[in-house]
Amino acid sequence: MAEAGRRLLRNWRVVLGGALVLAVLLAALLAPVLAPYDPLDQDLSAQLAPPDWHFGADAHALGTDSLGRDVLSRLIWGSRIAVTVAVVAGVLTALLGTALGLLAGFFGGRADALISRLVDIWSSFPPVLLAIILVALLGTGLRSVIVAIVVIDWTRFCRVVRAETLKQRRMDYIDAAVAAGLGPRAILWREVLPNILPLALVLLTLEAGIAVVVEAILSFVGLSISSDAPSWGGMIAEGRGVVHEAPWLLSCAMLVLLATVLGFNLLGDGLKAELDPVLR
Amino acid sequence: MLACRVFARAAQAVPTLLGVAVLVFVLLRVVPGDPVAMMIPPGASAEDVLRLHALYGLDRSIAAQFVLWAGQAMRGDFGISISLRQDVSGLIASRLPATLELVLLAAAIAIALGTALAVFGTRHAGGGGEAAVDAVSGVALAVPDFIWGLGFIVLFGVVWPVLPISGRADPTHTLGLTSHFYLIEALLRLRLGVARDVLAHMLMPAVALALPLAAMIARVLKSSLAEQMGQDYALLARVKGFSRSRVIVREALRNAAIPTVSLTGVQVTFLVGGTVLIERIFSYPGIGNLAIEAVINRDLPLIQGLILTFAVLFILINLALDLSYAALDPRLRHG
Repeated sequence: MAEAGRRLLRNWRVVLGGALVLAVLLAALLAPVLAPYDPLDQDLSAQLAPPDWHFGADAHALGTDSLGRDVLSRLIWGSRIAVTVAVVAGVLTALLGTALGLLAGFFGGRADALISRLVDIWSSFPPVLLAIILVALLGTGLRSVIVAIVVIDWTRFCRVVRAETLKQRRMDYIDAAVAAGLGPRAILWREVLPNILPLALVLLTLEAGIAVVVEAILSFVGLSISSDAPSWGGMIAEGRGVVHEAPWLLSCAMLVLLATVLGFNLLGDGLKAELDPVLR
Repeated sequence: MLACRVFARAAQAVPTLLGVAVLVFVLLRVVPGDPVAMMIPPGASAEDVLRLHALYGLDRSIAAQFVLWAGQAMRGDFGISISLRQDVSGLIASRLPATLELVLLAAAIAIALGTALAVFGTRHAGGGGEAAVDAVSGVALAVPDFIWGLGFIVLFGVVWPVLPISGRADPTHTLGLTSHFYLIEALLRLRLGVARDVLAHMLMPAVALALPLAAMIARVLKSSLAEQMGQDYALLARVKGFSRSRVIVREALRNAAIPTVSLTGVQVTFLVGGTVLIERIFSYPGIGNLAIEAVINRDLPLIQGLILTFAVLFILINLALDLSYAALDPRLRHG
């Protein structure tokens, strides 16, 4: 185990991606401590103030927005929404997609035909358009955003997990388990599932990054949480409107989003390379 | 033969369209929320609200509403937009050309850039050129088009302001065009100043849309080119003394194109979907931007008309694709 951990830490993707993801997680957890200002506090005497690196009592390190709210504090508090969506939507998507993928791959037959057909139809729709339509149907808000992500993205897990389950099922250890008298449910839970888990973990990491972008997109469009609450997508939307007067607003929010997405992508790619014995 | 094929595919599309129409129609009506709520002025009486419902046919059963809507839709009448108080068909007809031009330009950029990268990478296989191509396509894929678009706005709109960041044409100029296909009409009529202006407005959104697709094309085409270059015919051509570049471009590219075309086809559908967001980012007046407005305002007639428009677009793209396979692969043509 310690050996495996050391090996992971020698992969630069895992280290850099992990560090970025960890930074976002810490920002979300420690937001009340880290943020220099209340993210909702308006200072109408300092609207669209540029970034100020003189660490004085009332300096705004990354400037302020059009209501005089501190950009750095809003970015830090905004990470809570990003992390919530990454974790909740990621895990729910993983559960649904993995369950259906296992079912289709392990039992085959009609269940497989039905699920595979559904995956084909589902993934032929452009995801962003589908997300916007779904949120239109469900009403705006963070819960709708999470539901939309789960409903759209389960196919990513399902497709890969199904293929991997099919591969595992043909292996000798399954025959051995059958010979030892295990029932199909026991084989699925105790034999197949543990072998699928590393793959599901990689997919979960990549999905978390996707979920963060989708939430930012829906906030940007105005279909996620209300525009007062600090969210990266909302800040991007506001920054886009005042990009000539206050380019730091759009730039900072965009770079934070980019760093988070790249963090999850790097971590996922690194884990994939380390966990997949063939690639290693 | 070809006509038969087109007809068969078009016939298959009808139930899909009907299914999409019914699904969207019913779902939009069973979710809570009054679609005319935003039109009701404060202090309106209950009768006013009922009259407003009757005006848009919302007082009838969902089935009756659908029959009415479908009958009108077949004649090209999608009703009146609730939020914009305009004819939905007219709105779509004036906005669709903007989206189509954007998609075409983005697809052209993606195909040209992706092919160039793949050919360059294959030409320099095993060397620094290939590594550079892999790195470029890796970055282009890792960054979502949303962030590419925003990054371009900051870089080329603010830091080094060389391109306009919103709209479709300079609003201070009169274009003097008769159709809504600004770029195509300006080019055909040789109004090069106008074409240049329109193109400048389209460049950033089109490149942002195109980059991830270009990277995907580069990857797939490069790996099938590598496979083709190992085939006997390519080796023979090399032995006969043709240069590596010539063999790649003249011999291998055509055979390597089939998997790329099938990938590009699926991705062009996604490109159309991607315009929704990119149009929003660049305030580009296409149907994607209109769709977001419609969703935010819960404008039922407009949402329905737009979704059906998107569905028809997707079906047409798939049809075009199906025919292009036949053109590329002789086995399919005669099969």
